[in-house]
Amino acid sequence: MNYLELIGFIQIVLIATTPVVFAGIGELVTEKSGVLNLGVEGMMLVGAVTAFVTLVITGSYVLAFLFSILAGIFMSGLFAFLVLILMSNQVATGLSLTIFGIGLSSMIGKKYIGTPIDGLTPWYFVILSFIIVFLVGYFFYKTKSGLILRAVGESHTSAHALGYSVLKIRLLAILFGGSMCAFAGSYISICYAPMWQEGMIAGRGWIALALVVFSTWKPSRILIGAYIFGGTSIFQMHLQGKGFRFPHWVPFDDFFSSAPFFNMSPYLATMIVLVIISSNKLRIKLSAPACLTMPFYKGS
Amino acid sequence: MTNLFPKIVSRAQSSNIMNIFAPIIAVILTLITGSIIFSIMGFNPFFALHTFFISPISTTYGISELLVKATPLALIATGLAFCFKNNIYNIGAEGQLTMGAIFGGGIGIYFHDTNSFWLLPLMIIGGAIGGAVWAMIPALLKNKFNTNEILTSLMLVYVALFILDYLVVGPWRDPEGYSFPKTRSFSDSGRMPLLFEGLRIHIGLIITLILIFISWFVFAKTIFGFQLKVSGFSPIAARYAGFNQKILIYLAFGICGAFAGIAGLAEVSGPIGLLYRDISPNYGFTAIIVAFLGRLHPLGIIFASLVIALTYLGAEDAQLFMQIPAAVGFLFQGLVLFYLLGADFLVKYKLEFKKSK
Repeated sequence: MNYLELIGFIQIVLIATTPVVFAGIGELVTEKSGVLNLGVEGMMLVGAVTAFVTLVITGSYVLAFLFSILAGIFMSGLFAFLVLILMSNQVATGLSLTIFGIGLSSMIGKKYIGTPIDGLTPWYFVILSFIIVFLVGYFFYKTKSGLILRAVGESHTSAHALGYSVLKIRLLAILFGGSMCAFAGSYISICYAPMWQEGMIAGRGWIALALVVFSTWKPSRILIGAYIFGGTSIFQMHLQGKGFRFPHWVPFDDFFSSAPFFNMSPYLATMIVLVIISSNKLRIKLSAPACLTMPFYKGS
Repeated sequence: MTNLFPKIVSRAQSSNIMNIFAPIIAVILTLITGSIIFSIMGFNPFFALHTFFISPISTTYGISELLVKATPLALIATGLAFCFKNNIYNIGAEGQLTMGAIFGGGIGIYFHDTNSFWLLPLMIIGGAIGGAVWAMIPALLKNKFNTNEILTSLMLVYVALFILDYLVVGPWRDPEGYSFPKTRSFSDSGRMPLLFEGLRIHIGLIITLILIFISWFVFAKTIFGFQLKVSGFSPIAARYAGFNQKILIYLAFGICGAFAGIAGLAEVSGPIGLLYRDISPNYGFTAIIVAFLGRLHPLGIIFASLVIALTYLGAEDAQLFMQIPAAVGFLFQGLVLFYLLGADFLVKYKLEFKKSK
């Protein structure tokens, strides 16, 4: 790999990793408030399709991103209503949000598969992703509101006793998570791809969820995790493109040299990293928000 | 005096009536929402709902198709009930289904020119083992390394799908298949016998019903079923009672994986007859909804599988006659679960309109 190739490689890694950073940091804020939203994949899909369709109809990039974020707020608002007001099971509700999002996005996008658009340059978004991670970190550790949000996630009863509105704070955190996921989706359909294809998020939402565990709920580590993941997935594509093969003395060399193995390697890598991080039980216990997935009921 | 805004009061005991009515309320609300969505899209809602929910099952063939779709859903959902009852969130049944199809189907491909009565039972056992082995991975990682089973079981879905992809494109590809990514067909004795001539419904339905009955027996009459339930309701009580949570996790995952694996094998040796890329229209994910809609109870799961199977058939018809993408079925499946989770509120809480003193 020469100097120019290396620059190209880094550029592709930056472009490919950015959406996972957006979605990961959004989900991190939601989880910090004590709510687990497994609907990331669904919200990203709906965000992607909304942005794409808006762009095709109106031709305005600003409106595309705006409507996409509104769609994310709608989706996460639905989730918030169920888990906060009706106190439903967060895992099941998040899963149904993803399934609902798969169906809704396919239905909206049906007519637009293969429609060509002019993609936007991704660089502003790459920079924005770093800024947002910094801002979230600043918010959590340097502002009072950030402290309150963390308190709600650690002990909702104490936060309530101190007079903070647990439900309102959680609602805001969920809506922020939803809009970031939708924004990540719109980046994929407008800058990264740029096109619309059913199920085009292809598991990135789940990778973002894994990232939050990887980061042990610390914003800056979202970046580290995302770039490890992005780096490996672009590296495997690079190897694939070069026609890389394992030598014959490697057991199952045909399998390990095949395209399907390269394609599954990011998921395998995510799993391995998750195992390493969570095998330290104490660290997970200390860093995970203590009230994660617990509903808050004020009582009468 | 009545309040304008009702007060939310926690019930001392969850309401049994609401427990049964919540799924029914959810289905009705989904139908209402569905007709509103169809109206917005410019279809006559009655025509659309008729196309979606009535006409697919108005013929004998349609009812047979409904059962063909409901069979894997009910079997996987029953397996998932073992996990969900214990608050273990195995959402990777799709991968376990795929692995079952690979293990069992692999046996079928190896013996593709053998016609013997033992072939199908061997394939079924292979399917069960394949699914169970795949499900053991998240169980092992959870028990040994404390890894979140939601994420690992889901990642393994992608891995299993890529392994299937590798096999049908590479070593298992049909040498006479004109380079289509598919394998040889199984021999006739490697296929699920049909129950009726001319209909696609096969013996997998009987196997499923037997396994569901056994599961009901395990849930209701055995100590293992009781342990699952107690650990689900109160992990602390289960620990005091001395239940071994790790063994429960292995068993729940193993049973669920075996059921999903059998469902996958039944798909490939039933309606399909060979292996190729798209062996399952997301049965493994949809079964999660079936399990919740059926209240994790075997009988409820049977009803729920029929309702959800109808959304598959309806979506196919809607694609044919109304040019709506088949994925609209997922929209309904998501909606029904939303409403169900919402309606569950009434099981645990009640609304009081009277002002309390």
